[in-house]
Amino acid sequence: MADNTPLLRVTGLRTYFYTLDGVLRAVDGVDLTIGHGAAVGLVGESGSGKSVTALSLLRLVDSPGRIEPGSVIELEGRDLSALTEAELEQVRGKEISMIFQEPMTSLNPVFTVGDQIAEAVRLHEGLGAKDAWAKAVEMLRLVGIPSAERRVHDYPHQMSGGMRQRVMIAMALSCNPKLLIADEPTTALDVTVQAQILELMKELRERLGMSILLITHDLGVIAEMVDEVAVMYAGRIVERGPVADVFANPQHPYTEALLRSIPVVGMTYAQPLRAIRGMVPSPLEWPPGCRFAPRCDYAFAKCATEDPHLLPAGDQESACWLSEQGWRPTATIEVAT
Amino acid sequence: MTDDGVLLRTVGLKKHFPVRKGVFGRVSGHLQAVDGVDLEIAQGETLGLVGESGCGKSTLGRVVLRLLEPTAGEVWFDGTELTRLSARQLKPYRRDMQIVFQDSVGSLDPRMRVREIVAEGLEIHGVASKDEREARVLDTLERVGLSRDVAGRYPHQFSGGQRQRIGLARALALQPRFVVADEPVSALDVSIQSQVLNLLVELKREFDLTYLFVAHDLAVVGYISDRIAVMYLGKVVELAPAQELFARPLHPYTMALLSANPEPIPGRKRQRIVLTGDVPSPIDPPSGCRFRTRCPIAQPICAEQEPPLADHGQGHRAACHFPGTEIAVTSSAA
Repeated sequence: MADNTPLLRVTGLRTYFYTLDGVLRAVDGVDLTIGHGAAVGLVGESGSGKSVTALSLLRLVDSPGRIEPGSVIELEGRDLSALTEAELEQVRGKEISMIFQEPMTSLNPVFTVGDQIAEAVRLHEGLGAKDAWAKAVEMLRLVGIPSAERRVHDYPHQMSGGMRQRVMIAMALSCNPKLLIADEPTTALDVTVQAQILELMKELRERLGMSILLITHDLGVIAEMVDEVAVMYAGRIVERGPVADVFANPQHPYTEALLRSIPVVGMTYAQPLRAIRGMVPSPLEWPPGCRFAPRCDYAFAKCATEDPHLLPAGDQESACWLSEQGWRPTATIEVAT
Repeated sequence: MTDDGVLLRTVGLKKHFPVRKGVFGRVSGHLQAVDGVDLEIAQGETLGLVGESGCGKSTLGRVVLRLLEPTAGEVWFDGTELTRLSARQLKPYRRDMQIVFQDSVGSLDPRMRVREIVAEGLEIHGVASKDEREARVLDTLERVGLSRDVAGRYPHQFSGGQRQRIGLARALALQPRFVVADEPVSALDVSIQSQVLNLLVELKREFDLTYLFVAHDLAVVGYISDRIAVMYLGKVVELAPAQELFARPLHPYTMALLSANPEPIPGRKRQRIVLTGDVPSPIDPPSGCRFRTRCPIAQPICAEQEPPLADHGQGHRAACHFPGTEIAVTSSAA
C-alpha cells in the first residue's frame, strides 16, 4: 500500500443481530484495509461473518441487524457511518459496487438487462436515456457477451447462469467504482464457467484499475485471484497477509488446519484427510478466550481464558498466542506431483 | 457376486424426459438426460462420476437404483437384471442398494425423529424385531459418529454435517452392499467436508461397500474414487483409474475441466483451457460428438460421426476422434 490513505479502512466493525434467541454477534471486531488497486480476499466458512462484513461496508444491514456504535468504515478517509441515507446512495453503486452469488435473484426479472444497466448509469452518471442505453451495450461488450447489441434486449431468464453473472459484473462496473465487492461470485457456477468469470474479473481489474474485495469459501479461488487474504473465523479476522505467505506458512492454527484438511488433486483415500474436529461455534455464544481454542491442536491454558488479538508474525498477522513468539514455520499442503 | 467381480453393470442405459408445451401438454421433444451409458462397478470399488450441472450424473445415479424408470437399457446388479422386475420382485434388491443425497434438509422428513428416520427402512423390509431394530438404529448412529442420545431429536436440531451423518445412518442401517452418494459433501463447509469424506472411506472398508460417488468437485472425486467417469450431456466421454485420469487426460473436455479447477496453491500459474460458451441444451444436443460446439480442437468429422468410447489401454477409455491432442491454451478471457 504505497498510498498513505488506503481506499478503504475498516476498524472495529461489529454487526450484531438482535434475535429472539439472543444477540447474534455475526461480525465481532473486524479490522480490514484495502489499498488502491488491491485485490483482497476474505475467506471463511459459513457463519464466519464474511458476507455480513461485506453488507456492513455498504450499510446494507437491516433490522434486526445493527452496525454497532464505534464501528468505523472509512472510504478514502470519509467515514461512511456518518453519511445520511441520501449520501450513501451516491456511494453505493458508484464508488463501491457489489455482485452477489445468485445473479438470478439479484436481477429484476421484469426488466431487460439493458434497462437495468441503463438505470444505474442514468442515476449515477446523469446520462440521458439514449446515452445510457449505449453505455449498457458497451458494458455488455466489455464483459464479453457476444452480440451485445442484441442480448441487451434479453430478460434475465433468457440467459444462462454464466451470462447472468457477466451482466451483474457489467452493471456493477458501469459507474467505474473504486471498489468492487464480489460475494461468492462463482459459487453457483460450473467449474468451466467459473474459469471464464474469474479470467474476466482479473482482466477487468487490470484494465480498469479498481480494487476488489473477493469473498469466498473456496481456497482455490482465493489462491488464483488475490494478492492479500484475510481469514475469518467466528466473526473475526484470525489471520491476514500476502496470499502466498499465508498459504505457504499459515500462522494461525485455523488457517493451517483448513489448508491441511482439504483434498488436493493427487491425494488418494489411502491417506486419511486431516479433518478439523468439532464444529464452528454458534454466534449466539462464542467460546471464551480464543474462539478456535476448543478445536485447536495447539491450545494451551492461556487460550481458554484470554482472547488473542492480531499479532505480527513476519509479513503476516495472526490472532493467536503462539504468534507472541513471532513467525513460526508450518508445513503446508503436501501435493504429490 | 458375478464371476468377474462386477457388482453393478449398466448396458445402453437411457433416461429421456418428455418436454411438454402448450395448454394440452403436447410432447414437443425429449430431454436426453442420460443417453446410452455403459458402466461397470466392481465389488468394493468406488466409481466417481463427475460432470457439470445438467450432464445427467445425478439422473444416472437415480436410474441405477430405479428411483427413476429408465427409458431404455439394462441395469445388472449382482447378476440380476433389475429394469424388468416388478416392484415386488425388486424389493429385496432395494435393501442392498441405498442412496445418500446432497440436500440433507430436503431429504430428511422434518416431522420424524432421528430414530424413526433411521429405522424406517428396517421396518419396511421387516428386518428383526422391534427391540433389535432399536439396537441396530443406535449402533448405526454411533458408527456414523453421532451419540446414541440423538435418536429422539428432530433433523432441524442438527448442523449440516450432522444431518449428512443421519442420512448416512439411514442408508447404512439396512446393511446395503451398494450406495449411490449424490454430492454428499457439496453442501458442507470445508472443515466438515473432510470429516464426512473420512467417514465414507472408513465405512466402505468396514462394510465392504461399493460406491457410485456423484460430484462436481474434482479434488473430492479424485480423492475418494478408484476410477472416474466423466460425463458430458448425457454421455460418458472418458473413463479411467483416478490417478491415470489426472495424469493423462485424453478427452479435451476432461483436460478443460482439470485445467479450470482452481487449486489452493498461489503462484501456480496454471495453463488454463478456457472453454467458450455454455453447455448446449440436452433437448437438442449437437450432432456427432456432443462436445464439438465448445471443443478447441474440433474437426469436420466431429459433427458427422459420434466417437465411440474407445479403449486406450490400462482401463482408460475416451470418446474422442483425436484423443490426447495437446490444446493450445488461452491465457486471457475469450
